[in-house]
Amino acid sequence: MGNPCAVIGVGQTRYRTKRLDVSIAGLVREAALRALEDAGLTFADIDAVVMGKAPDLFEGVMMPEAYLADALGARGKPVMRVHTAGSVGGSTGIVAAGLINGGVHDRVLVVAWEKQSESNATWALTTHPPYNASLVVGAGGYFAPHIRAYIRRSGAPDHIGTLVAVKDRRNALKNPYAHLRIPGISREMVEATPMLWEPIRYLETCPSSDGACAMVLASESAARRAPRPPAWVHGAAMRSEPIFFAGRDTVNPRAGRDCAADLYRQAGITEPRDQLDCAEVYVPFSWYEPMWLENLGFCGEGAGWKLTEAGATALAGDIPWNPSGGVLSSNPIGASGLIRFAEAALQVRGLAGEHQIDGARLALGHAYGGGAQFFAMWIVGSAKP
Amino acid sequence: MPSDGAGDPVGQATQATQATKVDPADPVNSVGQVNHVLEFPGGYTRSVGPVIGRFLTELRDARLVGVRTAGGRVLVPPTEYDPADGAPVTGEYVEVGPAGTVETWSWVPRPRPGHPLTRPFAWALIRLDGADTALLHAVDLGEIDPGCAPPPTLTTGLRVRPKWRAERIGGIGDIECFRPDVTMITDPGRAEYRLRPGRALGRFLDGIAEGRFLGHRCHVCGKVYVPMKGMCPADGVPTTEEVEVADTGTITTYAVNNIPDPRAPEVPFVSAYILLDGADIAMVALVAGIPADQVRMGMRVKAVWRPREEWGPTMQNIRWFAPTGEPDVPFDAIRDYL
Ligand SMILES: [Zn+2]
Repeated sequence: MGNPCAVIGVGQTRYRTKRLDVSIAGLVREAALRALEDAGLTFADIDAVVMGKAPDLFEGVMMPEAYLADALGARGKPVMRVHTAGSVGGSTGIVAAGLINGGVHDRVLVVAWEKQSESNATWALTTHPPYNASLVVGAGGYFAPHIRAYIRRSGAPDHIGTLVAVKDRRNALKNPYAHLRIPGISREMVEATPMLWEPIRYLETCPSSDGACAMVLASESAARRAPRPPAWVHGAAMRSEPIFFAGRDTVNPRAGRDCAADLYRQAGITEPRDQLDCAEVYVPFSWYEPMWLENLGFCGEGAGWKLTEAGATALAGDIPWNPSGGVLSSNPIGASGLIRFAEAALQVRGLAGEHQIDGARLALGHAYGGGAQFFAMWIVGSAKP
Repeated sequence: MPSDGAGDPVGQATQATQATKVDPADPVNSVGQVNHVLEFPGGYTRSVGPVIGRFLTELRDARLVGVRTAGGRVLVPPTEYDPADGAPVTGEYVEVGPAGTVETWSWVPRPRPGHPLTRPFAWALIRLDGADTALLHAVDLGEIDPGCAPPPTLTTGLRVRPKWRAERIGGIGDIECFRPDVTMITDPGRAEYRLRPGRALGRFLDGIAEGRFLGHRCHVCGKVYVPMKGMCPADGVPTTEEVEVADTGTITTYAVNNIPDPRAPEVPFVSAYILLDGADIAMVALVAGIPADQVRMGMRVKAVWRPREEWGPTMQNIRWFAPTGEPDVPFDAIRDYL
């Protein structure tokens, strides 16, 4: 992996349906300045800026990294933009970590964002290109058949998706940045909401959020001078696969399994459920929790729903998933992956606040995107690897 | 607050009084009534005095001023006396605004002919920055259809600024209306692409134009791709061996969509992965001809083609897939295609 890399600053905006009080530049600066403050630094201390962002068609801002470079204090510095669909937040963190691992820079600012209120993601994801008449409407329309296939293949009972929807929203009540905060959230409330893309109910989907997340990544020497505890990167991996090929396992994609295997090898993980203290995993539709439990090797194939049902992934469970409330509670798409990475870092730094997992030492951050075909993951720890 | 029928405190032509003239928007006429109009020729003249005169003179120059009272308050619009105690004002004029805050408002969903705006607007008491009293004026909230409720942006506390007329004469109508601060702009965007299907997809669509499903078999893995892409995504090799597959197949999995879509015949509609007989990869297509809640994994379906005379090189030739009535395929036969 090269030189050690640590997270020394994390900044998030409050996630809301509409952040009408700020421009796009104001939104990313809010997160960036909070991350710099956490790290005890200013823009002048930063060597390079790496930005992540979902498709340009979402807000219609082409090459946002060029437009936002000066807003992020990057004049005269290297700036680059990463784009790997929904997994982009995670990939952005990994690209930035690579600049530290490779010894290119000492302090890199990572920023990812989305301002969904200035856009319409379902429109941008449903562009009706000629030559096909597939009638897939939005991300839910794409993922619903694969969720149905999971339910059929695993024999999971219908209520598992509801359990995750409730659990993640309960966690969100402990996270002041979370978008969906629904006091008294219950299975009855979730079950009373309409099916949007059966088998996906309204409250089993993620919201559309405005928001940004930022991190300051640092070399070992820079991390030693940071005012607050660092989170050390123990491993990072990305994998992708084509969206359509014969024999593709869309329920348990090989790219995800390979990515996890590479990640665990780097971090010395053989039993993720036992060795990791918590995980922030990209779950935009509630059923993806049991699906990714299996894909990430927390249990055998077909057993993910049993972990969810038994409460293993709840805050009080043996392997809490998404203590922050996850993507189901806040979804500024381009930032959602970086938020997972940042929340994992906050946990091992002991700075997660009310949703802190006591004594968390090793945490997983995960993101996926496209047709469940792009994966980005990292493991961070309180101790230097 | 004024009602929406209270006349025209803002218009520039209000020097003329309208005695018994019937508002044409007010359908009170009935048989036997006669309109009797008294309109003072040229309009009444008014001397405005030094204080209001100063206010109007400044308005003509697109400035807003108030007058200070002995107690230190700033009156806008100004009067020659402090309305609180009748004492004369100080003679000190204070520039205020131009921005101000809406203190209260009344919505006018259907403006009348004498109103300052022809589209729905609000009468509002606006306290200009630096003033201690509020000024009555119209607030324009933008393009709103007649009869509509006020937009949620109209609230007490809304920040507004005057829209000045280009030609000013020294009257309150020199301000056409007040408008909210700019908080959002519309950024038009349009991208136009010229797309060609390419050789492989073009050949597939030629087949569709003849009512046939064509595909390619990969010479490495032996899998049949429909539509063909001219290469195998798994092996990364070009494919050339053309095969024809049936227009019948099996639903592997599907979604019941409750989100309306202009292309869907109805809501809910079913978009399904259909494994055509002879193909090794499922294609996504609409399933109809059966209630959505009766669609099943493993269900056998057949393409429903539009009338032959409507065919072209497009997937639109296929209306949707409908059940054949054959027995379902067992799950084990399709589980590897999910
Ligand atoms: Zn092949």
